[in-house]
Amino acid sequence: MTIVAEPQFHVLAVDDSIIDRKLIERLLKTSSFQVTTVDSGSKALEFLGLVEQEEEEQQQQQTSSTSGLSSYHQEIEVNLVITDYCMPGMTGYDLLKKIKESSSLKNIPVIIMSSENAPSRISRCLEEGADEFLLKPVKLSDMKKLRPHILKGKCKDQQKQHQKITCSIDITAAPSPTLVAGSASKRKSMEDDTLAPQRTRARFSSETLTVII
Amino acid sequence: MDAKLLQRELLELTTRVLEEGVIDKQFLEIQTLRDEDNPNFTDEVVALFFEDAQKLINEITKALEQGQNYVDFGKISADAHQLKGISASVGAKRITDLCIAFRGFCDQLISEGSLQQLHYEFSLTKNKIESIFKLEKQILAAGGMLPGM
Repeated sequence: MTIVAEPQFHVLAVDDSIIDRKLIERLLKTSSFQVTTVDSGSKALEFLGLVEQEEEEQQQQQTSSTSGLSSYHQEIEVNLVITDYCMPGMTGYDLLKKIKESSSLKNIPVIIMSSENAPSRISRCLEEGADEFLLKPVKLSDMKKLRPHILKGKCKDQQKQHQKITCSIDITAAPSPTLVAGSASKRKSMEDDTLAPQRTRARFSSETLTVII
Repeated sequence: MDAKLLQRELLELTTRVLEEGVIDKQFLEIQTLRDEDNPNFTDEVVALFFEDAQKLINEITKALEQGQNYVDFGKISADAHQLKGISASVGAKRITDLCIAFRGFCDQLISEGSLQQLHYEFSLTKNKIESIFKLEKQILAAGGMLPGM
């Protein structure tokens, strides 16, 4: 098992300004993140919705008790969303709400960027579940704040995964997410994340399984 | 040798422009984002900024030229806000500050009753007072008395 020292996390950046999109993309790439940029909240949800759609398909397969790992391949995993607050149409706050209200997306850390240092705005966002509020213009040093939020989220998922496995009877069966995932659809998405065949999550899942077995 | 002299000149120029407040540290930050794979990053971002900023300034100018009854201060405020945002992003300090002042001015005009409303109220007031004067003249012409006389 190869241990990857620095997993590349995928950040979705949302900003209606092309200049700010270009800047945040450069900042993120310089900080070794994989980046996707979109220019609106609705496009962000569309992008994230790809994950949601695949989750639904997976759930259908689960209820019909087939280990349908082959037909389900999570193509796009987003580890963090960083969004501008002030955007026409759907604001960053609206996007934040939608993400936190979604059962499959709510565990994705969300960071809000704003040019206005308004305490009421900041507390509103934090109350709604934003993990951090950054003042624009965002700097390279701000990028260091992202990883802890991603890792915190993954840690939580791993703990839940851990608990699930200790309770499961079919531990010796093939490490298919359908068997281990259990019935809680809320956690399902994250468990699938950790077991999907991708570099960063493979590391977590193999460790978790090995520990139990 | 030439390069060394030029480098010193660049340092002096940059320092001057910084001291003048025309640019701030954000500009320097953007310059540090250049690397071998993206040597033109600063140029690209600044080119985008010049393009967008020019468009926004043109919009604001156009809006102000609409004839005094039709100036949309809400739109001007929104454009100034956008201009402020992109200026701050590239470190164009003086423009950023100017936009803040501009926006404050627009918002004040909007909240205190916009210029349009001023014109409207003036026309309305003028009409109503003139109606009163007209009637008064008619009364006097008819030999009547005016209230208060």
